[in-house]
Amino acid sequence: MKPPPFSYHDPRTVADAIGLLGRLENAKLLAGGQSLMPMLNMRYVLPDHVIDLNRVEGLSYIRETGGAIEIGAMTRQRELEFSDLIRTRLPLMQEAILQIGHRQTRNRGTIGGSLCHLDPAAELVTLGAGYDATVVATGAGGAREIAFKDFPVAYMTPALEPNEILTAVRFAPWPEGHGFAFVEFARRHGDFAITSAAVLLTADPAGRINRASVTIGGAAVTPVRATDVEQALVGQVPTPELLREACESCRAIEAIEDIHAPASYRQHLAAVLSRRALEKALTRIGQPVPAKLH
Amino acid sequence: MSEQKRTVALTVNGKRYEKEVEVRVTLADFIRHYLGLTGTHLGCEHGVCGACTILLDGRSARSCLMLAVQADGHEILTVEGIAPNEHELHPLQEAFRDNHGLQCGFCTPGMLTTLLEFLRDNPDPTEQEVRIALSGNLCRCTGYQGIVNAALDAAKRLQAGGAQWPAGMRPRAGA
Repeated sequence: MKPPPFSYHDPRTVADAIGLLGRLENAKLLAGGQSLMPMLNMRYVLPDHVIDLNRVEGLSYIRETGGAIEIGAMTRQRELEFSDLIRTRLPLMQEAILQIGHRQTRNRGTIGGSLCHLDPAAELVTLGAGYDATVVATGAGGAREIAFKDFPVAYMTPALEPNEILTAVRFAPWPEGHGFAFVEFARRHGDFAITSAAVLLTADPAGRINRASVTIGGAAVTPVRATDVEQALVGQVPTPELLREACESCRAIEAIEDIHAPASYRQHLAAVLSRRALEKALTRIGQPVPAKLH
Repeated sequence: MSEQKRTVALTVNGKRYEKEVEVRVTLADFIRHYLGLTGTHLGCEHGVCGACTILLDGRSARSCLMLAVQADGHEILTVEGIAPNEHELHPLQEAFRDNHGLQCGFCTPGMLTTLLEFLRDNPDPTEQEVRIALSGNLCRCTGYQGIVNAALDAAKRLQAGGAQWPAGMRPRAGA
């Protein structure tokens, strides 16, 4: 239960961090440490080098740029939780943040660390898929953008080259008054979700859904966009029957099985939680974002 | 820049320390074994039980999930720094004593540090808010009811008495 021996590096610039990453064999990047540190303590990972990003300048910010909200990779989950920009422009993110771990872990955990760790049950990973986020990866040759749908290449494996660092992520806000909801089932408050559902909706004045994003987290090896549900809703005025029928398609998700739940239970949760998230999101269409989403 | 030992300079409970430490040593082990402050407890060593919670620059963090070298230049508060002096308890600690907020005491350092930050940021919490705030701290003795009662009682005492905060823990709004 103690970390194995390694060499420690704490670069001050992104360029230095990338240089170290390119030069050193068997190196791991340390962001907020809420996943890597337990893995070091339990010796699941045995790196020769740890490159700590906590003293790198310029990676912690939340700003509006070109109509998108850009978040620096080392921005702590706590900063997202208390950001008015996040609450008003990305309210789904604020609702999800409050379900990530605990105050003690959100004070340290970062958005970039969570996205790179890429646990399919992680709230921020599910949000990346739901918002069609854009990941900015920086390597020796400069920065490139990766669409979130191309970011997870396998279970807990991001589409980053070995010498690249995730430096920022951009989220496109939905229009003012959109519906949103993040609903998850976990055994205890703050645990990883066994399954979660993230919903974004807009409707025309007649109540017809004209845009929908429905994402299931924790059920499969990567977050899954429930495109069948989205297609069944767009163009329709939702009724309880329509929601119920549309969400049944989530039972077809190729779900994982582990100590917490069998695949069939996750498929059941996907159908139930997506319906509950849709119901909640519908009640919020046209409403101002509440000051507190607890 | 590449080495397996470093010198760490930091402030713990208002006192300045400078020690050479192996870089793989966690902040929790550093506090316990290098500084001799054994009030910070280690239950699980993988970020689940909350017993090792300390305040880093006034914010709660699990000291088993940080390296000691990462605390270089920072200010730490541990359970030993909560009471105003050797003879008096902090109102939060008094509330724990009066409400059966502890039995074996193993989880208590983490409960107190967690609640110190929580009550600074939420001076008048509901019971539900207290339960959520404590959801990252495991207690195997009390069934939590005494701890929740102590937290609610402490909130009243702190408001009535004009909140008393250890050095480096001034009340601050929001983020």
